[in-house]
Amino acid sequence: MFGREEKVSTIRLTAVQYVLLLMFLVLGYGLWRLQVSGSDYYSSLAEKNRIRKVPILAPRGKIVDREGRIIVDNYPSFTVLMSRDPTRDPFADVDLIAKGLHMTPEEVRDRIRRFAGMPQYQPIYLKEDITPDELAFVESHRNELRDLDTIMEHRRLYPRKGFMAHLIGYVGEVSEDMLKQPQWELYAPGDVVGKSGVELQYNQLLMGQNGYRQAVVNSRGKELGQLGETEAVPGQTLKVTVDIDLQIAAEEALEDKNGAIVAMDPRTGEILAMASRPTFDPNQFSVRISRTDWNALVNDPAKPLLNKSIQAQLAPGSTFKIIMATAGWQEGIAQTLNVHCNGGATFYGRRFGCWVKNGHGAVDLPKAIYQSCDVFFYTLAEKLGIDRIAKYATGFGLGQKTGIDLPNEVSGVMPSEEWKIRNFKQKWFAGETISVGIGQGAVAITPVQLMRAIAAISMDGRMVVPHVINPTDLPSAYVEAAHYLEAKTIPIDSTGWTTITDAMSRVLLPEGTAPSAHVPGIDIAGKTGSAQIVSLALRAKHMKNDDFAQNGWFVGFTPRRNPEIIVCVLFEGGEHGKLAARLATQVIKAYEDKKRRQPANVAGKGEKTDVGALWSVPVGGHEDDLKGGHFFVPVTGAGRLATVAPGLEAGHRP
Amino acid sequence: MSRFISYRDFDWSLIFFVLVICGLGVIEIRSATMHTKFAGAHIRQIYWVLGGLAAMFVVSLINYHALLDSVHWMYLVATGSLVSVLLFGQKYLGARRWIKLPFGHFQPSEWVKLILILAIAKYFAESRHQDLTWGDFVKAGALVGIPMLMVLAQPDLGTALTYFPIAAMGLFLGGLRWRQAVVVVLILVLLMPLAWHKLKPYQKERLTSFLSPDADRQGSGYQVIQSLIAVGSGGMWGSATAGSQTHFGYLPVPQTDFIFAAWSEERGFVGAVALLLLYFMVLMRLTQNAQMAPDRPGSFIVMGVVAVLAFHILVNVGMVVGFMPVTGIPLPLMSYGGSSVLFMFLALGIVMNVRMRRFVN
Repeated sequence: MFGREEKVSTIRLTAVQYVLLLMFLVLGYGLWRLQVSGSDYYSSLAEKNRIRKVPILAPRGKIVDREGRIIVDNYPSFTVLMSRDPTRDPFADVDLIAKGLHMTPEEVRDRIRRFAGMPQYQPIYLKEDITPDELAFVESHRNELRDLDTIMEHRRLYPRKGFMAHLIGYVGEVSEDMLKQPQWELYAPGDVVGKSGVELQYNQLLMGQNGYRQAVVNSRGKELGQLGETEAVPGQTLKVTVDIDLQIAAEEALEDKNGAIVAMDPRTGEILAMASRPTFDPNQFSVRISRTDWNALVNDPAKPLLNKSIQAQLAPGSTFKIIMATAGWQEGIAQTLNVHCNGGATFYGRRFGCWVKNGHGAVDLPKAIYQSCDVFFYTLAEKLGIDRIAKYATGFGLGQKTGIDLPNEVSGVMPSEEWKIRNFKQKWFAGETISVGIGQGAVAITPVQLMRAIAAISMDGRMVVPHVINPTDLPSAYVEAAHYLEAKTIPIDSTGWTTITDAMSRVLLPEGTAPSAHVPGIDIAGKTGSAQIVSLALRAKHMKNDDFAQNGWFVGFTPRRNPEIIVCVLFEGGEHGKLAARLATQVIKAYEDKKRRQPANVAGKGEKTDVGALWSVPVGGHEDDLKGGHFFVPVTGAGRLATVAPGLEAGHRP
Repeated sequence: MSRFISYRDFDWSLIFFVLVICGLGVIEIRSATMHTKFAGAHIRQIYWVLGGLAAMFVVSLINYHALLDSVHWMYLVATGSLVSVLLFGQKYLGARRWIKLPFGHFQPSEWVKLILILAIAKYFAESRHQDLTWGDFVKAGALVGIPMLMVLAQPDLGTALTYFPIAAMGLFLGGLRWRQAVVVVLILVLLMPLAWHKLKPYQKERLTSFLSPDADRQGSGYQVIQSLIAVGSGGMWGSATAGSQTHFGYLPVPQTDFIFAAWSEERGFVGAVALLLLYFMVLMRLTQNAQMAPDRPGSFIVMGVVAVLAFHILVNVGMVVGFMPVTGIPLPLMSYGGSSVLFMFLALGIVMNVRMRRFVN
């Protein structure tokens, strides 16, 4: 098949042999260079080569309230490490270690095994966030357990019982999914970053810059010295606009209930309090949340992680009538509209009932507001038509994000003819307009949206952007991105909004819908609401018990002119707006109480102090307090103001 | 015909050198994996070597002409297995190199080498021109280039590179002329930037880090630095600190890719040179066998094995002493791993068959 004479050239084979010889000489030279001439150099490197880049973690910035009182702090937390010595059996002292660290021996073995595949110089993390007595155990057993060591790092200390948890948010290790997104690409695995709320929104300011030092360690991971150090830049302390005293009032008002309370300064848009229920404990996240705890939070049908102030989209119910009244006034219809309510009316062939079965009788605009007459607003809605309603509602920001500086705000829905065609490919039915007139139908808004809209009406049409951090405390890039300074004013007739707010101030009086929420001596203008449409999850939950199928709403502000605080309450399953109103007045009362205690306004106990704008007629034996156009009320309540958020007292640990 | 074939004609001295190297490998694997989760790997390596020996004897009985006659089928199967790796392979550390079979994991790219050696041998044995034509270049290049690109796609740069010397050796022995060599080298140099562009970032990093390992001591330069320290601290007679680089986990994978560094640290310059000498002896014996082969294809087969073995040694030891980038190529016969050991013994089995037939015609 192949001729023997056609052999491969011997010269070429010999050439290959010479090439191989050359190759081995080169490799031999490489060995000579390292092992004979460079031996001393490399031996010394072997002794001290182990340079480790040890990060110096920058402490995260604190979060304080508007008066500088601490809400979120850091605390030193110790982690037990075990360095590995290959000449010793790592499992030898498992029982002693387990006892001292309050773990089971099996847990300790698991931990040691989990690190088996990693390089020897990497220590084993035995237990994180140990207690003082566990720390004492490690310190006192330095001689027997020479491989054990501790490192200190700063961990987040949040207020207890989920106080303000939704606004603050929580931190956690940056996840792999996050690292793939452009805004996180500069972060490294293991970095602790904000995952929600202010912690997420202002993560960059809070985080600071990690430093590192180049530590020299011997082959067993023991540190011998260091080569250089880059200092860490601590995170910036962040001052939120929230007032802890008001936040406490809001949290207490919502205790054992579902819903949300949000309070704002309508002049600036500063959020003064923001609470949501049910809540969660962010301290659970600050070490490492267990899988079962996390699943419980995520799968809870009541959605404890949801910040309802900005993430619940619900029908506003009768609180929407304020928007209707403003729209009606601006269009020149409401001021002259008079209806006779006999408990309901028929529109487009269908009967729409009023919530008062026997009817309100003759109703004009003010009465329609403080008595919340449905028939009046059905009629007004019919006259306005959906597009004019949508024009004003949209103008006041309903169905749009408010632009609050918190992540994951939702937009809600403000229906219109165009919206219906776009989303359902259907024409708008005139009958739907009637339901929208009382804040039902497809209208879905968030508490913060509703509060902003009503605030604008009470402020002569001035629309503010709600925010939790004062823009002057922020780098300019943030302010530009957040559009804080975009002043927007909806032109509204001043006779109109004063008439409407005057009517609102009667809501808490005996003739109104929420007299039980009246606080003597405080002039609150507000509007109750109860919405039949509740979130699907809650509807399923409460289907059996029909009494709780309605959400109570209340938006109220004080004083009636140039308001200083506006509060919006969503009381899920709260049946009637007057219950929501009682929660709102607790926050407003806390605000007024605090204001009266301020040095300029302080009166000695038993004396009387001028409280300025009071419009309600004093009742119950306080008639004497009216002097020269001013009201003077006796100072009551020796309440104490908070110094820090609950759970942040000195020495407290989660 | 068969009466001319006898185990007396086996290259017993070659087997001796090979087994000594394997034995040193087992000793070093035992030392390097002690107290790690790989402890006991040396026992498994002994099984692989024994299995390899048996396979070698079996293969040596198969007439290599029969292998050459069916090499085009084997080539198709080999290419098919590479395609199936790309489609169904197990992803491990970012690369798809393994197929999971009922009896274990299987890395086809290793066996493809063997088939490429046969395919190249057949191609050049049949081409009867005195000198190499440009057509030979294209055909031999395609023969090796197709599987090479598929392995590159896994991605496994190291193994793909090991196919290259097979083609180079074939071309050289097939009658490469100076002018052609210069042209080919020039083309390769011009293609280099393009290939560089195609590399994955971690591959680039590994290739550059060996040039300046100090630039990032704890990052990609880590392996190179640790390897240099291991070898260097071995000194003339072996490390006084009993191989701390190897035993304290600083040297990466001391039982596979960096086994030569571990050996050099523990046995010093003397031990390392002795080991290199053993490899040199193996290569010289193989080249002698090629000269004595009964025909052209026999020589080409043996020299193909020489090419692969020499390339592995050059790249692996070169990597350990800092002359070559880290490419993840094991040291044949010494590094722990079944695929690599079996490949070497199967290749030696074919070489033995060629040798045993030197008087047969």
